[in-house]
Amino acid sequence: MIKKTLGLAVIATVALAGQAVARDQIRIVGSSTVFPFATTVAETFGDKGVFKTPVVESTGSGGGLKLFCAGIGEGHPDITNASRRIKKSEVEKCAKAGITEITEVKVGFDGIVLANSKAAPPVILTKKQIFMALAKQVPVNGKLVANPYKTWKDVDASLPNTKIEVLGPPPTSGTRDAFVELAMEGGAKKFPSLKALRKTDKRAFKIIAHTVREDGAYIEAGENDNLIVQKLTANKNAVGIFGFSFLDQNADRIQGGIIGGVKPTFENISAGDYGISRSLYFYVKNAHVGKVPGLKEYLAEFTSEDAFGEFGYLTEKGLIPLSKEERALVRSRAASLSKLNLM
Amino acid sequence: MTDMSDLKPQNQWVSEERKAGLGKRHRTERRFKLLGLAAIFIALAMLATLFVSIASKGYSAFVQTRFELNVYFDETVIYPNGDRSAQALRGASYVSLIRNALRAEFPDVETRKELRSLFGIFSKGASRQLRNMVMEKPSVIGTTTATWLIASDDMDMFNKGYIPRDVVEADRRVKDNEIKWFDHLVEKGVVQKVFNWGFFSSGDSREPEIAGIWGAMVGSFYTLLITFVIAFPIGVMSAIYLEEFAPKNRITDIIEVNINNLAAVPSIVFGLLGMGLFLNVAHLPRSASMVGGLTLALMTLPIIIISARASIRAVPDSIRHAALGLGASRQQTAFHHVLPQSMPGILTGTIIGLSQALGETAPLLMIGMVAFIVDIPGNVTDPATVLPVQIFLWADSPERAFVEKTSGAILVLLVFLVFMNALAVLLRRKFERRK
Repeated sequence: MIKKTLGLAVIATVALAGQAVARDQIRIVGSSTVFPFATTVAETFGDKGVFKTPVVESTGSGGGLKLFCAGIGEGHPDITNASRRIKKSEVEKCAKAGITEITEVKVGFDGIVLANSKAAPPVILTKKQIFMALAKQVPVNGKLVANPYKTWKDVDASLPNTKIEVLGPPPTSGTRDAFVELAMEGGAKKFPSLKALRKTDKRAFKIIAHTVREDGAYIEAGENDNLIVQKLTANKNAVGIFGFSFLDQNADRIQGGIIGGVKPTFENISAGDYGISRSLYFYVKNAHVGKVPGLKEYLAEFTSEDAFGEFGYLTEKGLIPLSKEERALVRSRAASLSKLNLM
Repeated sequence: MTDMSDLKPQNQWVSEERKAGLGKRHRTERRFKLLGLAAIFIALAMLATLFVSIASKGYSAFVQTRFELNVYFDETVIYPNGDRSAQALRGASYVSLIRNALRAEFPDVETRKELRSLFGIFSKGASRQLRNMVMEKPSVIGTTTATWLIASDDMDMFNKGYIPRDVVEADRRVKDNEIKWFDHLVEKGVVQKVFNWGFFSSGDSREPEIAGIWGAMVGSFYTLLITFVIAFPIGVMSAIYLEEFAPKNRITDIIEVNINNLAAVPSIVFGLLGMGLFLNVAHLPRSASMVGGLTLALMTLPIIIISARASIRAVPDSIRHAALGLGASRQQTAFHHVLPQSMPGILTGTIIGLSQALGETAPLLMIGMVAFIVDIPGNVTDPATVLPVQIFLWADSPERAFVEKTSGAILVLLVFLVFMNALAVLLRRKFERRK
């Protein structure tokens, strides 16, 4: 028992000692979509041997911003990654905690693909058809009804006569947010009745456009995109929704669907031709610059041509780079820590 | 034997009805035995399927493809401006050494695009290998040395047969010219599969071919150490007090119900509690194995208390009476007689609780241990991750090569669990023999 008490005493001292030590390591939280890129930069940054390798947590965009906006000080993260832009409400929340100076860094693009097994013909859809196949309520003859379509042929006569079976991310995922916003909302706008509704009652429109059907045609397959890829190879009638990097890595087993006549390729997404792509960001707490060693250098590493440039190491990980002009702008803003302005 | 049956009066007291009943009972028993056997068989078959599917995917994580390359350790590359400090040596462009060697090996590769993919057949880890060589033995500078360097993950996957040759080039991760170079290297006999020591000795990485589980193993060790040091003494003490000293009244009843309840609470709730208590109130460092250990200790405590109470209760009262009768105090009775007798059961319960803690990820999400951490934790306050979290992170990575790494890490975790449970059996045997 004496030994145990001793052990407890040791733990207690370590606990107290741990509090006193100042943080010498960058802490990053946020989106699981940006996670592979942020970690690659962190590893390269740490490998140079000047600063410690930053710790990167995968908490999701919303969770990351919540932690980020909790306060200033070594108990709070320095950077948060986001697969969407920071919201006005979040900026206000940050300001309440005294975080008024935030630098926004746009990293690049990520395409969201609808893919299926190579064993089946490729998916060719328009955003309107995506909305019709996946929304909970669709307009039929000018009236909103619960989605009646069971097969793709029901949606459009040109589509194959197979059951609608779409595997996609759950509502907690940033990929899902982006998908409903870009693909489903884009499709909903094609209906004159919904377009009219958008003008009169934007909220009601958003609810219709963003609500995915729950009758089994859309299957929430969890946050793990690898799992969706595996399920697609096993079931050739199913269509999966996930990030471009997973298509890039598994191109021998699955194929990307053609949306609105555009194939999800590296070139098409970076040129902005592919319809379902989003920007990725990270946000830096300016108050921590100078207090946490290496923060400015990390920003410089991330925005260097070696990293997020056209042939940078992040493109190997599936990041789709910004245009040359935009990269230069982002780099100069990151270097000068110019304050975020949402207007 | 025949005599015996001769002596028996032939079924005199057994009516036809009873005989039929006996047959039925025997049949029921046989059926039950068969069902039991079938249950065990199904359980074993499932276990075997799990193990075979993981092992068949994961065994290749323990080997690694390497190419041999004649690297000229060019002084002008390593000391570009004459600065010979350790810092300069660390920061030198070792990639250029590999690139120069590759250019010498494949002189006909000229276009920028082709060169880019040629340089890609080696891992990022290869330049780290060269750096370590130079830093360990600076005398290699200026010589040409044949060195086995780590291949990139795509090359590794190709060599292991996970990337098929017969797919259209556009859909293949490894392009035609890369296969050409690979075949050239195979012909020269400079392609080798070696045991992947790095998998067991390095921390996490975004490059699957150099990612290792040592960091997660150390993190798991620290976390479990804290869990054990906190939960075991507190758990056993509470159990002894509740069983041997506490009066039986309403308050102890309420405590008992609560402990049983806590044992069934989902682990994520303990994560929330850990976050609220250790991070927000006590301000302990985020992602540290200490916080993880404390949180898991909260989770393991009820399991230890329940199993310890059960095994203390199983000690016969005659032992207590004998000790008290000989004049021992209640404390002496508890610690000298009851506790040693119940130790096997307590240890089994503790180790089962700890193996559960070893496999936990959900509560750790809340306290920031689901994170990418490269550095190996040096003490309990360093940021750390644990084995199951490492598995989770790898399973979620897009790179194909992480599939085998995931299964490899699962195999290591399983070995640890088997080891811990074997330890439980061993300790129980040891204590039982002492009686």
